[in-house]
Amino acid sequence: MSFATNACIAGIYEHPLRVAPNHTVAQLHAEVARGALLDAGLTLNDVDAYFCAGDAPGMGPISMADYLGLKKLSYLDSTDTGGSSYLAHVNHAARAIATGQCRVALITLAGRPKSEGSSGTQVRSQYAGAPDFAFEKPYSPAPLNMYAMCAMRHMYEFGTTSEQLAWVKVAASHHAQHNPNAALKDVLTVEDVLSSPMIADPLHRADCCVVTDSGGALIVVHPDIAKTLKKPVITMMGAGESTKGQMGGKVDLTYSGLAWAAPRAFAEAKLTPEQIRYASIYDSFTITVLIQLEDLGFCKKGEGGRFVEGGQLISGKGKLAFNTDGGGLCNNHPANRGGMTKVIEAVRQLRGEAHPAVQVPNLEFALASGIGGALGSRHGAAALIMGRLQ
Amino acid sequence: MSQAHRLPSPIINSENKPFWDAAQNNQLTLKFCNGCNELHYYPRTICPHCGSDDTVWVESKGLGEIYSYTVMRRGVEFPFAMAYVRLNEGISILTHLTNCDFDGLKIGQKVRVVFQETQDGMKTHLFEPLK
Repeated sequence: MSFATNACIAGIYEHPLRVAPNHTVAQLHAEVARGALLDAGLTLNDVDAYFCAGDAPGMGPISMADYLGLKKLSYLDSTDTGGSSYLAHVNHAARAIATGQCRVALITLAGRPKSEGSSGTQVRSQYAGAPDFAFEKPYSPAPLNMYAMCAMRHMYEFGTTSEQLAWVKVAASHHAQHNPNAALKDVLTVEDVLSSPMIADPLHRADCCVVTDSGGALIVVHPDIAKTLKKPVITMMGAGESTKGQMGGKVDLTYSGLAWAAPRAFAEAKLTPEQIRYASIYDSFTITVLIQLEDLGFCKKGEGGRFVEGGQLISGKGKLAFNTDGGGLCNNHPANRGGMTKVIEAVRQLRGEAHPAVQVPNLEFALASGIGGALGSRHGAAALIMGRLQ
Repeated sequence: MSQAHRLPSPIINSENKPFWDAAQNNQLTLKFCNGCNELHYYPRTICPHCGSDDTVWVESKGLGEIYSYTVMRRGVEFPFAMAYVRLNEGISILTHLTNCDFDGLKIGQKVRVVFQETQDGMKTHLFEPLK
């Protein structure tokens, strides 16, 4: 039994709020779960598998499964690889469905970092018990500095420029202007990005993603169920996962774990990067996108800067449409975890439900990729390739 | 300036205590594995390169060059320069840069270890450019 066409993404939902001070995190999980089930045309009673990560309150999936009222669960997974968790969850759900362990999987994400005053310049509390943090705590490792050092090294080795990084944000802003829910809707120029305050050299404020509340959810189902539903059938074609760290001190900041995960996803899908016209690429920072473009095989290592110049990621204009919802850079980065919204926009594109101004016509295949944790020290990486059943 | 930033203290545990004891004597230590003849950092009991438990503490000369760096300018009480320093022994270590002009830092710059007190009076390693 091949992986392809043995599981489908049947439901998607992105919470419309970007600031939710009067919601609890559990409530947000429930609202996105309900939204994704309604989108699929399924009910709570159909769900027999539940997936969540560290953003879910309580122990693993246990509290949320009870809170949501999931009574028929035969499969649970609380893999946490930071913002890339939800890509991993889709992969795990698809494998579990393909091997007959469940038929309808619910994946939820929610959080309130905006209301709680979270910032990418702060040390994250989840590091506290890690063996590495015992050594690194004096130096205040935070998302900003851990990604900034990758950008600095990329510039040094390959001649990448701040202008090239800015083009990633510019492209995202071109897409976000069409998204009424986007946190940032203004179209930016390269000059706008470069004139925003320097936060951690060489990353400006506009090189960073937004901090937003709320969340999203996905429903992954057996193809027999997908074919009975009203939405276009979106099938899983291939997936790959990995982690990358400091490798015992053999630190190399020029590539991510996707360099290992992406080739596996493409091999399984029997596709090549040249066949992908839309990609949701995790965009915690502009440099995150640049390094993934290289590791995904859209260009050679070191050529990411030249690849994105001049608006090449803008839908309808460039060679690869990316993050047509505005991405984490402009639209939404709920719970400081961007993997969920990456899958959601890829499914919208495959269904033909993206905004008409950014919809890629007659899309057959889409890719979603994620980097969770800190690119400059330790991170999880995942890539999914999906297709629309013709 | 860098001295304005007060460093948080490291977390001492039974596995890493020899490292921090050495730091109080201004010594930067690494782990060397007799199983694969490789150094590693941060130090572990079991070698992350080969899985051997035959690892021993060795002192680094504390000389190296900046592999990458950033200056945290916003969202922190005082700016600081974070870096990976690639030691002459061949492995890289996360640290801060001190006694330097933050605007004059460069990848490849030669640096040496210095020790500075953290908020709790524990010493930890930083690096400064060679003059």
